[in-house]
Amino acid sequence: MNTPMTVSSTAPAEESPFRRLLMQFAENRLALVGLALLLLLAVPAILAPWIAPQNPYDIGSLDILDSQMPPGSMGEMTGITYWLGTDSQARDVLSAVLFGMRTSLLVAFVSVSASLLIGATVGLCAAYFGGWLDALLMRIVDIQLSFPAILVALIMLSILGQGLDKVIVALIVVQWAYFARTARGTALVERNREYILAARCLSLGWRRIIFRHLLPNCLPPLIVIATIDLAHAIALEATLSFLGVGVPVTQPSLGMLIANGFEFMLSGHYWISVFPGIALALAIIGINLVGDHLRDVLNPRNAQ
Amino acid sequence: MPVFIINRLLQAIGVILVMSVLVFVGLYLIGDPTSMLVSPEATEIERQALRKALGLDQSIWIQYLTFLGNAAHGDFGRSFLTGQPALQLIVERMPATVELVVVAMTFALVVGVPLGILAGLRPKAPSSKAIMTGSILGFSLPNFWIGLMLIMLFAVYLGVLPASARGETVNIGGVALSIFTLDGWQHLALPALTLGMAKAALIIRVTRAATREVLPMDYIKFARAKGLRPSRILKVHLLKNILIPIVTVAGLEFGQAIAFAVVTESVFSWPGMGKLLIDSIITLDRPVVVAYLIMMVFFLVILNLVIDILYIAIDPSAGEKVRD
Repeated sequence: MNTPMTVSSTAPAEESPFRRLLMQFAENRLALVGLALLLLLAVPAILAPWIAPQNPYDIGSLDILDSQMPPGSMGEMTGITYWLGTDSQARDVLSAVLFGMRTSLLVAFVSVSASLLIGATVGLCAAYFGGWLDALLMRIVDIQLSFPAILVALIMLSILGQGLDKVIVALIVVQWAYFARTARGTALVERNREYILAARCLSLGWRRIIFRHLLPNCLPPLIVIATIDLAHAIALEATLSFLGVGVPVTQPSLGMLIANGFEFMLSGHYWISVFPGIALALAIIGINLVGDHLRDVLNPRNAQ
Repeated sequence: MPVFIINRLLQAIGVILVMSVLVFVGLYLIGDPTSMLVSPEATEIERQALRKALGLDQSIWIQYLTFLGNAAHGDFGRSFLTGQPALQLIVERMPATVELVVVAMTFALVVGVPLGILAGLRPKAPSSKAIMTGSILGFSLPNFWIGLMLIMLFAVYLGVLPASARGETVNIGGVALSIFTLDGWQHLALPALTLGMAKAALIIRVTRAATREVLPMDYIKFARAKGLRPSRILKVHLLKNILIPIVTVAGLEFGQAIAFAVVTESVFSWPGMGKLLIDSIITLDRPVVVAYLIMMVFFLVILNLVIDILYIAIDPSAGEKVRD
């Protein structure tokens, strides 16, 4: 990663830029809290199939007599303590949350990575080549960004239908434009720097200049956007699944778990909806804390 | 200026046409609607007759032009479920959505502008930091989640407000409105608050940024040097100048809020256009989905166009930028 060459006066000269960034990041306690929060949610979610008390989608392991039990109660047949209670189908809410978080994170991560890839390529090409290509691409970006994300996602899903892969496609269509705009903005500045001129004088190919020279220098703002966008993707996916047009019933995300528990909330069985809701909110807050501070650290103006 | 307007007008027409092709190809052509309309026992001859009656035997372009021609007359076909014209279904639900969004946006402006100015005037104060943290939560937490928490608090725990449906309405000029009854307000409170909080978060940020931009200006310094009362500087010199970005953003957000009402309406079973859209997507009631999407695209494009033109009319410096 290429970072500004200015080394702050307090840092020893042999420190690598990456290490310096790490130190800077660690200085902010709130960002560390966010990072810890994220790890606390993501690691168990990734390991869910091995550490969850129950596989909530294995019908055989459920005991229907245990349905809608309050948090902390014990299943008589299964012998599991339901720390967060059970839902209407006797699924352990804790296990469901772990599996749901896994789906939510998967959708967000894949869609953001793909959007970053597509958006950065479009943005860098627009900035590098300029002219009619730039005008055309940026007009498309402008037009797309003038429509609300939820509407674009709903159009896509009503055309594509339901499914995990379809939600990911819809999220990519919604998000790529943000990356394209950011990449172009940064690349327009970088394009006129000496190293690009030098690369051009060496008559390197445009692919090499764009991806080996331009891209690494445009990365910091893209990484910041990608981090914050992870939270947006989780929120949007949860919203779509809550509305019933997102992930399928066989792979419920947090949004769908919340929707499933919604009808029981008014009768006082709050835990079915509230615990997935809390997990969702904590994930979004954690990502925002990390992303917000990452923006400060990666901003070259603040590095001096 | 006229060139700019003509340019934007052409672009708006282009966007509407492209979106109509997208929606038409995506929703009209994929799959065979006759399979949903006839009984499974129908013979092939009956199916053919129905296809002919619906115009499905024509070429794609003829079908598209027919669709476009009908749409221009406000004819989007009839709902598969109720048999009513799709457009009529949507128009019937429109007042509920507009009412919800207007109340929510009013709330967002009444709460957002003063808080934003406060945070802009004293950026280092703890109160300002609290406001900004709150605003980050306000627009990063999903809308339905905020709605759920409000239901938990006010409907389940405190039991003071109803959690769903629209209240008693009064018919005014053929339009049913619920803002003139107490029951209507009670039902409106939670959905409007849910939708309004996210928008307030955004208004706070815009107001704060504008305030910070205007404060170091010479005319503010001059007003202070003249010894004007701080309240007068605030009301006249500051407020007038931060109003342009706020009005622009509020206008754009109005369009976004109409689209986002989809979520709020679903949470609170509010009988508006958005709830209709979600129900129609789930029941595969295509004519209603198509009618809603085309109308929404049309509305948003026109709204953006009007705001762009108004913006240039209000702010002379923006007009110069366009000319350059």
